[in-house]
Amino acid sequence: MSARRHLAGLAVVLAALVIVALFLKRSDVYLLTLWAVYLMATMGLNLTAGYAGQMSLGQAAFFGIGAYIAALLLKASWPFLAVLPVAAIVCFVVGIVVGFPALRVQHHYLAFATLGFNVLAYLAMRNEEAITGGTFGISGIPRPTLFGVDLGGHLAYWYWTLGSLVVLGGLLWWLLRSPWGRAFTALRDNPIRAESLGINITAYTLLAFAIGAACAGIAGVYYASLVEFIEPGPFHFSTSLMMLLAVIVGGSGRFYGPALGTAIVILLPEFLRGSSVPWLKFMQVWYLAFFGIAVIVLMIWLPGGLLSLRERLDRKGGPQ
Amino acid sequence: MSDASFLEVRDVRKHYGAIKAVDGVSFAVGPGEIIGVIGPNGSGKTTLFNAILGQIRPTSGSVRFRGDDVTGMSPLELSRRGVGRTFQTLQVFGQLPVRDNLIVAAQEFQGTLPGRLFAAPDAGLGERADEMIELFRLQHVARLPAGRLSYGQQKLIDIAMAFMAKPRLVLLDEPCAGVNPSLVDQLRELLVTLNKTQGGSFVVIEHNMDFIMRLCPHVICMVEGKVLAEGKPADVQANPAVLEAYLGN
Amino acid sequence: MNDFIQLIVSGTATGTIYALAGLGFTLLWQASGTINFAQGEFVMLPAFIMLFCMMAGAPLWLAFLLTCAFAMLVLGAGFKKVIVDPLIHHGVIPLVIATLGVAMVLKTVVRAGYSAEAQQFPSSFPAGQFSLAGITISYADVGTLILAAAIVIALQVFVTRTMTGRAMQAVAQNTDAARTLGIDAKRMVLYTFLINAILATVTALLITPTYLAKFDMGESIGLKAFFAAIIGGFNQTRGALLGGVLIGILENLVGFYWSPAYKEGVALMLFLVVILWRPEGLLGTAEERKV
Repeated sequence: MSARRHLAGLAVVLAALVIVALFLKRSDVYLLTLWAVYLMATMGLNLTAGYAGQMSLGQAAFFGIGAYIAALLLKASWPFLAVLPVAAIVCFVVGIVVGFPALRVQHHYLAFATLGFNVLAYLAMRNEEAITGGTFGISGIPRPTLFGVDLGGHLAYWYWTLGSLVVLGGLLWWLLRSPWGRAFTALRDNPIRAESLGINITAYTLLAFAIGAACAGIAGVYYASLVEFIEPGPFHFSTSLMMLLAVIVGGSGRFYGPALGTAIVILLPEFLRGSSVPWLKFMQVWYLAFFGIAVIVLMIWLPGGLLSLRERLDRKGGPQ
Repeated sequence: MSDASFLEVRDVRKHYGAIKAVDGVSFAVGPGEIIGVIGPNGSGKTTLFNAILGQIRPTSGSVRFRGDDVTGMSPLELSRRGVGRTFQTLQVFGQLPVRDNLIVAAQEFQGTLPGRLFAAPDAGLGERADEMIELFRLQHVARLPAGRLSYGQQKLIDIAMAFMAKPRLVLLDEPCAGVNPSLVDQLRELLVTLNKTQGGSFVVIEHNMDFIMRLCPHVICMVEGKVLAEGKPADVQANPAVLEAYLGN
Repeated sequence: MNDFIQLIVSGTATGTIYALAGLGFTLLWQASGTINFAQGEFVMLPAFIMLFCMMAGAPLWLAFLLTCAFAMLVLGAGFKKVIVDPLIHHGVIPLVIATLGVAMVLKTVVRAGYSAEAQQFPSSFPAGQFSLAGITISYADVGTLILAAAIVIALQVFVTRTMTGRAMQAVAQNTDAARTLGIDAKRMVLYTFLINAILATVTALLITPTYLAKFDMGESIGLKAFFAAIIGGFNQTRGALLGGVLIGILENLVGFYWSPAYKEGVALMLFLVVILWRPEGLLGTAEERKV
């Protein structure tokens, strides 16, 4: 795809997202915003898992850390734009601390370390009542007012989140086009060869993981302010699994893969929950079983995710 | 073997329990020299390479490079010191375009890690990559993902990558294996050209006798983990012990 | 002091159960490179199958045997045939993702098809406890300890002393070399999957009386199985036993002396400390990098 067609396509989609929201119910705009918030986290995870090939199963923990930081600081009247870098930096540093011991040993240990970290983070959120409010959570998290514009309304907050998502996406795009992005792909494709070419695979893996974590931290800030009330539930490691599956199902290592995957993983269950059609009600209960089977089938037939479908068909039909 | 040796391998051993994969190998490589390593399958050639290159730790013995002890150093550190290699099996970055394979092979030698984040996307290596692409005649596939190319083409990319950062020493593990015979002569000429233009020393493992006889002024023959004979290619080839080792196999 | 010793005894008993699940996990990894993220659900499902058999009137021992057969068929051979074989050559990540999918399916099937509530599960051992030098020990702990230890030792003997066991080890260490020696590598890998299924069923038998049968019970057990295996040394059969026992004891001590809320975090902390200090695990041997 040429760069111009790419930009034109992106502009059309963004314009549609801006206009469509004007005609949607309040709860649907909320869902769209939720999609954009999760997408910030899954785009970061796509950098870690898709581009750099490192399994992280703790994205929800960083998402939660970002959300709790936001809840505490926003309630203490910090400006939103000051909270963002704090959440990003804290998650980046925690990511390095968790990832370093695991990556010193074997690269698939990162999956275990992050999974364990998520369990621990969840316990801390539930039990450190003095800070997190325990299972009662923290309520009354304000939405920001920026440059004199009140972002409290659902439409205003959606536009603000969408704009932020575009900025974050642009940053990630730029990062992936830099020599760092090339090194990430190299270490995913062939770490042993990469090391023999002077690529410090431990440093790059750690960076890819910590940058992904920072994105989740940023997403957490938008989340806290969107839902205005947080408790540990959404930051359980099952959310991490769903985020990873969103990346894989959409197409890992493809820039727009998470956008599709997050829509399927986050919006579809919400849609089912809101439905009253009998067979859809049946799906509410069994949804995860079908989704699990779909994931297995996808791994066997289309491990590159849904966005790799056309390529796969091309390769089968066309000449080699 | 003078002290001024560029690469000096001294009595390197690699034992796996009772199996002596490499059993006391010594040799030296001078600046700009090309050395061939031959020997029947399973004679320990690749294990020797891996022991020199930090892929595995030798059981005993030492490796010195430009006067420094580099025994057991990681592949990363060795690469930083200017030691490049190719692998016996194909090792390209399948999803990166050919040109990016070449750039990534040298970008880590440009500036600092944080600096590279803000560097130009080609890390200032675009011209160098294009030069290599031209030298290896890969212009028509430069923008394709390396994984989609033919075996021979990937092999060329693999070798070109090893030379991108202008290493001081390159260890090539069977560069001709699986390469179309018509490409073998081109490959030899390329290596000669690179040796002349970039300098640097090569150590080449190869089964293709014709290739090695014409490329390397000095040849080592390994059998059962030991150096059986060493010297001019014609002399090694005529050595009765070498003949026996090959024929007896 | 008595508290302390009691905690250690019951922690050791729980730890040997973790070890059983961890052992299966290690075996799969060694023989086929499968990292099974559904290991916990492989324990959960047999627990429910046993309950189901008992509801149909079978006594516990019969339910256990029937479930063993079921597990070998579905979680052993079926899992290998349907999930692992088609995916094993695609690299580690697609297979890991597929096992996550398996975990999700099993959990949902049990929750939606049976119940989301925790179910009581009968103990294989008599209730009650006895005193020994002032320390109270329950029969269940002693029984668990003896049974689990017997299984680990039997497995160790099987692997090191019998022809089949040695062939399995040869395949685990070097599949190609084993094949050239005339070993039927495929069959040996299948045996590994069958053994894993049995280990998971025994784990279910021992742990469910305390954990209760619940669709998400596998999350916690799976996590401890991984960590037990890694802490002890991924490439050592005895490693999982040591790792499991350490986790079991420390969990008890942390739960009692510090806070029960953080029991679940013990395994992770121990994992991080151990790999910083001994990356190959406590009993593991350093593996050479494969080129």
